[in-house]
This record gives sequence, C-alpha cells and structure tokens, in this order.
Amino acid sequence: MKTVLVGLGTCGISAGGEKVFQAFYDELKEHPGTFILKETGCIGMCYREVLVEVINGGPPGHLYGDVTPDKVGRIVDEDVINGKTIDEWLVRGEDREKGFFENQIRIVLRNCGIIDPGSIEEYIERGGYEAVEKAIRNMSQEQVIDEVITSGLRGRGGGGFPTGTKWKFTRNAPGTKKYIICNADEGDPGAFMDRSVLESDPHSVLEGMMIAGYAIGSDEGVIYVRAEYPKAVARLRQAISQARKKGYLGQPLFGSNFSFDIKIKEGAGAFVCGEETALIASVEGRRGMPRFRPPFPAISGLWGKPTNINNVETFANIPWIIKNGGAAFAKYGTSDSKGTKVFAMAGKVKRTGLVEVPMGITINSIIFDVCGGIVGDKKFKAVQMGGPSGGCIPASMCDIPIDYQQINKTGAIMGSGGLIVMDETTCMVDVAKFFLTFTQAESCGKCTFCRIGTKRMLEILDRITIGKGTIDDLKNLEELSEQIKSASLCGLGQTAPNPVITTLKYFRDEYVAHIEEKKCPAHVCSSLLTYTINENCTGCTVCAKSCPTEAITGERKQLHVIDQGKCIKCGKCYTVCRFDAVLKI
Amino acid sequence: MEENGKEFKPFNIDLWTFDGHKGALIPLLQSAQNTYGYVSEKAIDYISHITGIPPADIYGVVTFYAQFRTKPLGKNIIKVCNGTACHVNGAKEVYNTIQDELNINYDETTDDGNFSLLSVACLGCCSLAPVMTINGETFGRLNSQKLRKILREYKKLARETAREGNQ
Repeated sequence: MKTVLVGLGTCGISAGGEKVFQAFYDELKEHPGTFILKETGCIGMCYREVLVEVINGGPPGHLYGDVTPDKVGRIVDEDVINGKTIDEWLVRGEDREKGFFENQIRIVLRNCGIIDPGSIEEYIERGGYEAVEKAIRNMSQEQVIDEVITSGLRGRGGGGFPTGTKWKFTRNAPGTKKYIICNADEGDPGAFMDRSVLESDPHSVLEGMMIAGYAIGSDEGVIYVRAEYPKAVARLRQAISQARKKGYLGQPLFGSNFSFDIKIKEGAGAFVCGEETALIASVEGRRGMPRFRPPFPAISGLWGKPTNINNVETFANIPWIIKNGGAAFAKYGTSDSKGTKVFAMAGKVKRTGLVEVPMGITINSIIFDVCGGIVGDKKFKAVQMGGPSGGCIPASMCDIPIDYQQINKTGAIMGSGGLIVMDETTCMVDVAKFFLTFTQAESCGKCTFCRIGTKRMLEILDRITIGKGTIDDLKNLEELSEQIKSASLCGLGQTAPNPVITTLKYFRDEYVAHIEEKKCPAHVCSSLLTYTINENCTGCTVCAKSCPTEAITGERKQLHVIDQGKCIKCGKCYTVCRFDAVLKI
Repeated sequence: MEENGKEFKPFNIDLWTFDGHKGALIPLLQSAQNTYGYVSEKAIDYISHITGIPPADIYGVVTFYAQFRTKPLGKNIIKVCNGTACHVNGAKEVYNTIQDELNINYDETTDDGNFSLLSVACLGCCSLAPVMTINGETFGRLNSQKLRKILREYKKLARETAREGNQ
C-alpha cells in the first residue's frame, strides 16, 4: 500500500502543514484503506513547504511541494489511487530544483524528512541503535574514541574542537561520576539545523550521547534545549520515553554492565549559555554566566564532576561514524576539516532551508549549485557566516572552500552553520548593527569590555546610520573591537566585534558613504533616504491617504508630490504604491 | 495566598530533584510562569520558601533569562521574529506597522490589556520571512497591508469578546 508523508517540522507547520495533514485525514476517511498517512520531519526544502511525499514501496517517492489543502484531493485521486504522477507539482527531479539533492551528502540529515520522528521502530528499521550495539559488543572504550579521532570530526556547535580529543580528556579525568551534556541551546539568529534534527530524528542524538557515555564512562546525560523550541522538546520527551520502554535507556545494555539515562533541561533563553561554563551554571539553576577556565569542564563541570559537552549536530554524526568507520567519514572534506556540514540557508537566496554538503565545497557552489542563486537574480554581495560571532565574506572571496582554517582567515567563522546570503539591497552597516544589537543585549555583563564596549560600538553605529558619524568613528570602532576581543572571558565577547571588523575590512566604502555623503548605497538606512514620486504616478491618492504627516499632496489623477520638509521617511508611501512610482534615493 | 483573584496554588516541586542537588530553580520558575503567565513576587517568595534560596538571588535569575516575565501579559501575544533572515526581509517594517496600529513598543501591553508585543530571536521559519506569531499561529511573508488587515481582525474580535463579557 502507498504511504503519504506530510512534512510537519516547524517550517512545515508554519506553512500550514497541519491543515494539509487534516485534509489527507479527511480524504482517508472517504477512501478508507487506500493509503497510510504519516507525518515526518524536515527534509530541508523549507522554501517549498508544505511538502508531501507519496511513497509506493520504498523511498524515494513522488515529492510534491507548495501543497495546500485544496491540492490534496487531486493528489489522492490521481497519484495515490490511480498511480498518475502530477508532474507540475513535483519538486524532485524537476529542472527547477536540479542540484538541490544531487549536490548534498546527508549524514546528519540521513533520516530527516524520511522517517516518522515519533516512531522508534522506523529509526530502528533504518539501522538505528545498531551503532551503540556495535560499540558495546565489539569495541573497547579506547577503540570508540580512536574511531572518532580517525573520523576527524570537530565540534559542530561553533568551537570546532576535535571531538575525539575532547572525549579523551573527559575519559582520562579522575572521578567515577561523569556527565554528558548535549547543547541544544541553538541561539544564533539564522541557524536552525539543531532544531530540525531534534524534530526530525531525535533518536540519532540520543544514540550519539549513549555512545559518548560508553566511551567516556558516564551513565548520565543531560540535554539542554531551548524552551523556544516546543516541538523539539516534545519530540525529545517522546523519544526518551520510547527508548526507555525498549530498554535502550535506564538499564544495562547488550549484556554489559553499562547503562545510560538522559534527562531534559529546558533553557530559559540566554545566548551566552552556548558557552560551556555558562551552560553548566544554567543547568545548576544559576544565572548563566561564564567562569574562568581552567579548570575545564572535562575536569570539573556539572556539579564539579568531569563533563563532556557536545552539540546536537556533533552527536547526530556519531552513530554513522561508529557504524561506517571513522575513515569513511574522513573520506569527505579537506585535510583540516573532515566530513560534512549542515548549513541553514537564509536571506536573499532562492532555496532557503537546510543543506548538508561535504567540507571543501566552495561557498559559491553552495549558493549557486545547491541553492539556485540569488532571489530575483540580483547581484550577490556577501554571505554572513557564523551568526553574531561570525563575519561577512564578500562575493569576490566566495570561491574559498568550506574549511575551518580557510574561513577563519577571512575573519568570519564556521560557527554553527548559519549562512545568510546578501544581495545589493542589503546595507552592510545595518547588518553589523543588527548583530551587535543582538550581542549587546545578550552580553551577560560580567566583563566590562563586553558589557560597555559593545554598547559604545552600537552607539557609534547608530550615529553612522543616521548620518551623524565622523571618519574618526571608524578608528574608534576598530580600537574598541580589539579591546573587547582581548578583554572578554568567553566566546561571546571575544567574537562579538567580528561582524563589525569584517564589514569594515571588506565594505569600508559603505561606511564612508554613510559618513561623508550621508547616503546609504543599499537604500536601507531610512534616515539617509529621500522619497520622491516619478511619472509612473497615476494619482490614485493611496500614498497621500496613508502618509501620517500629510506630506504628500496632489489632485486625483494628477502627479503627486512629497514635501521633503514634512516627510519623516517612514516609507509608508513606498510600501503602499502599486505602480512603482515612489522612489528611494 | 491569592494571585490575580485566584487562590495561589503551589506548583509541582518534584520536577528536577537531580540527585538532591539544587538545580530545580529554573524548572520551578518555568512552572510558575506556565501557571500564572508571569513570575510574580508571591511566586518568588514561595519558591524561596521551598528551596531556601534568598528571594534576591531568585530575582537575579528571573531577570537574567529572556523567557521570564515579571509582569502579566495581554490577552493576545504578538511575537515578531527578529532573526537575521527576517531582519533583511523587513522585520523593522512589521514592527513599525504594529506600533502604528496598536501604539505599543516591544515588551509593552496595550492599555486595554488586549495585546502584548514581544520580540523573539528566531522563530525558525526563515523561508517565510518576515514572520510573526499571534497566540502561536504563524503569519508569514508579511507586508504592511497584510499585517494591518490581520491586526484589525484581531482588534475587532477583542472588542466583540469584551462586549459579550459585559452583557
């Protein structure tokens, strides 16, 4: 019998997935026994949600995009019942989406959008929990760690520290009680791969943690997950309870005396808690502020015990590595960066969503080959990598390969894998201000330079974007950046100036244009714009009616005029005009 | 004890005993907020009473995390996404329009108690940017006309509910 899968990750639900699911449910009641209805997670193609896959036998089936409840009837009639593919709604194999799946190698996302995340049986059917069994039955703890070292896997949360080496430190630390923590406090605005993995394949993360527990000698794991991800939290709770029932958690495994259990701790919303020592403070119920290291968490972490912290994506890689061998993973990538990396694509790119590509692929290749290029085929200007801790890489440098070292050289960082694409309509000063606004608000306040320095930098950027900056401001920004980087305790402060440093380095002319010509070249900074009306104006009076200061005058069916003295540059006329008659200059 | 006219019910304290360690504070605050919609002074006193943590320390934790509120929210909660993708696609315009329509800034509630406006880091549907949610329902690909229409419907609904309440 055919199976119908409806994508119900957060992206699918936002696009109306639950209504589509309901429509299929109603169809099923009308035609009982014609198909099996299931939900699945996110396949990564967020720009075509709601996605529905009709599977006949085994995957892959027919993947339909942009499905709305009124399309459901036709899918059931033609494809499910009569076996006729609806070509015009297909997204896989169709010319328009060529390259999206073909250029990806899916290790972390191996089950995402394919299995029902609410079913441990489906995970097991796809080879789930075989890796932990292999580790416990056939491998010593050292062998597991060696395999992870061979794979070359580095921390995917942003730090990029070699995972196997980190495990070794915690394993070698004195003490019998040790903890494994999974950092699922994904706080970067623009990164959503951890959420997607938790929602679409929660068992892979649990299995990764179990293997880490075995290798390190820990019997207890904690998942620190963002409370803003209600769906992911629910999925995790369900997965843990299923794994307990099946005997994978909470009791001795595969005839050994090793047992492991996992608890969930919901974070309360603080970006700084991505930092290991701050995260531990938060799990212990205190303000999430970082502390001096050493001692490193590997020696003294949660409740003073040796603690190993990895992020969601790192753990999701582990079962695959143990099953297929470290060498199979290391086959992908460059000498410095092995395996694959998941990127969350957002901004002005045609295909937004999640992609997993081998390390070593160029940034250009991700944007143009995998993700189809820039929206409206506008001019590609830059990418922002690494979120608030990262930087902007100009288009001219985007032929560099995805590799920790190469990206660090540009001043950006790999980070957790948010990749925001920017075109000619994005103002780089505004982008720098956006990220600094975020880090400034999220600074925990412990280190003076981070607390006050970011505030002063933000004030300068504010001044520049309203046309009141001076050339000396640029020097002050650079000086403050260096001071904040060197005088902050944790990663948040040490990297907070990166967006400003990189935009100053590669897009200095935009800063200068704001300061000297009082112009925003991308027409974003509203104080520096002038709105005018051109001859496209039909005199429909809509702009005049919507103007809050009555700055627009003109007779019906006559060209309207904006009184620049009254205009407050709110941009309302620009957004309401249907004839492209209002210009920003 | 009374809270909002309702009896102040103690909430579940057996959430996070964690081998006898004092890690329970944040889950306790989360259940207080889930029960009452915000963390009141009474709730802080109550938690202090059970855990032995001084109220000042608890207050420090409450104000540190973005999730906790010390004031009650309005009937309808509007969350505007300010993630990167929404920012470059016009989250500012969304905010301007809401501000114009409802006359509130972020973290404020309208005088009639009908709407609260919050800013969130990323709602995770970057492909629908710019995005907001009202009471959990997502509205994507917003522009100012579409947004005004949505808000006016909610305002109408709030007025009708108030009228029914008075009858």
